[in-house]
Amino acid sequence: MKAAAFDYVKPASIDQVIALLQEHGDDARLLAGGQTLMATLNMRLSEPQLVVDITGIESLRGISVQGPVLRIGALATHTDIEFSPLVARHAPLLKAAAPHIAHRAIRNSGTFGGSIAYADPAAEWPTCLLALGGTVVARGPKGERRIAADDFFTGLYSTALQPDELLTACEIPLAGADHWFGFSELARRHGDYAIVGMAATARREGDALHGLRIVLLGVDATPVRARQTETLLEARALDMATVTQAVASLRSEIDPLPDLTNTPDTKRHLAGVLLHRMLPTAATATTATA
Amino acid sequence: MADLYPIKLTVNGKPHQCSVQPRTHLVDFLRDDLGLKGSHLGCEHGVCGACTVELNGQIVRGCLTLAVQADGGTVQTIEGVSASGVIRDLQDAFVRRNALQCGFCTSGMLMAAKELVEQMPHANRAEVREWISGNYCRCTGYHAIVDAICDVLQQRKEATA
Repeated sequence: MKAAAFDYVKPASIDQVIALLQEHGDDARLLAGGQTLMATLNMRLSEPQLVVDITGIESLRGISVQGPVLRIGALATHTDIEFSPLVARHAPLLKAAAPHIAHRAIRNSGTFGGSIAYADPAAEWPTCLLALGGTVVARGPKGERRIAADDFFTGLYSTALQPDELLTACEIPLAGADHWFGFSELARRHGDYAIVGMAATARREGDALHGLRIVLLGVDATPVRARQTETLLEARALDMATVTQAVASLRSEIDPLPDLTNTPDTKRHLAGVLLHRMLPTAATATTATA
Repeated sequence: MADLYPIKLTVNGKPHQCSVQPRTHLVDFLRDDLGLKGSHLGCEHGVCGACTVELNGQIVRGCLTLAVQADGGTVQTIEGVSASGVIRDLQDAFVRRNALQCGFCTSGMLMAAKELVEQMPHANRAEVREWISGNYCRCTGYHAIVDAICDVLQQRKEATA
């Protein structure tokens, strides 16, 4: 199908974007990589009056280290992240997750900020940002504010962003020498939406993990932390009995939503499979592994 | 009706100045305004890959890119890379391996394969399969396409050895 008619504007500054959002409200849509918006426009699931193209704003680009955090500009593409030496060094979870996102032509266009702001519960980046304990940087009429990933994803495709706020960047704490992470997902074909996926991070001390964050995609209306299982695993040696206990804990604490082809029980089972595969990599790895 | 938006871009090495409706995506613009019918539209929501073109040196989904977003940019289509000869070896290998039947997916498949052989010259068979997973073919079952791309990777490796 073809998109319905809309007006198009390409502002040169963040302030102009905010003014346009204030003026047009829900009739305006922001366009970054367009890999979700364009599909919804073509299918007429979305019919905005105005499309605001933010790709002309240079300050939204780039990946850099700023003090204790890795800053990922809203317009960094999935491909930028996949091949960034800074990401590989300071947030290797993102490098491991990137190839799971759709296909190359889409990764060349789609953006990190777009994925976070859209907050698809089956998408990789919201799950990773939560697992990394990252922060969203937003600009609105009252200036800049920071929102912890833990507080950002509020519901299905819903976030803590106000209607007149723009996500400008995300900040991720730099991985230390003791950083451990895991990423895995199950999809019928490469690049499809995953049935279930998991991102996890922790600090590894000896054969135990500390400060675990285990996050699931594709099971709930938002990316969701398995807090009971995180607590169970805290500072425990990862022997087989502990792993088995953790898998049982995960399956009991989640309440997956079905999708078109998979029941809650299937997803509950598969989430356990992912954890069962992932935890032993922490026990055996001498360096962080995917 | 929304106002027409003026754009300037280079397509297959040739500069163009046009006015487009903002809602027009890149492949409709290439096909209907410039008469370049080699890029195809299958699903028009980013799933099938038949619309794959190069924008500013990277492959993109032409159906998920607005023509206005190509303003100031450089576009390469199957017509451009056929005429310049840069994918002659890929085209020959597709013919030799019977890597097409109806041909609808082939232009997108070749555009995707071009970026693969240029950027990942040491790709193995699994990586080739993963790379073209974004391009659907309903005739061949993919095996012959993967064979053809692997042939070219091998030929280019030998040629530079």
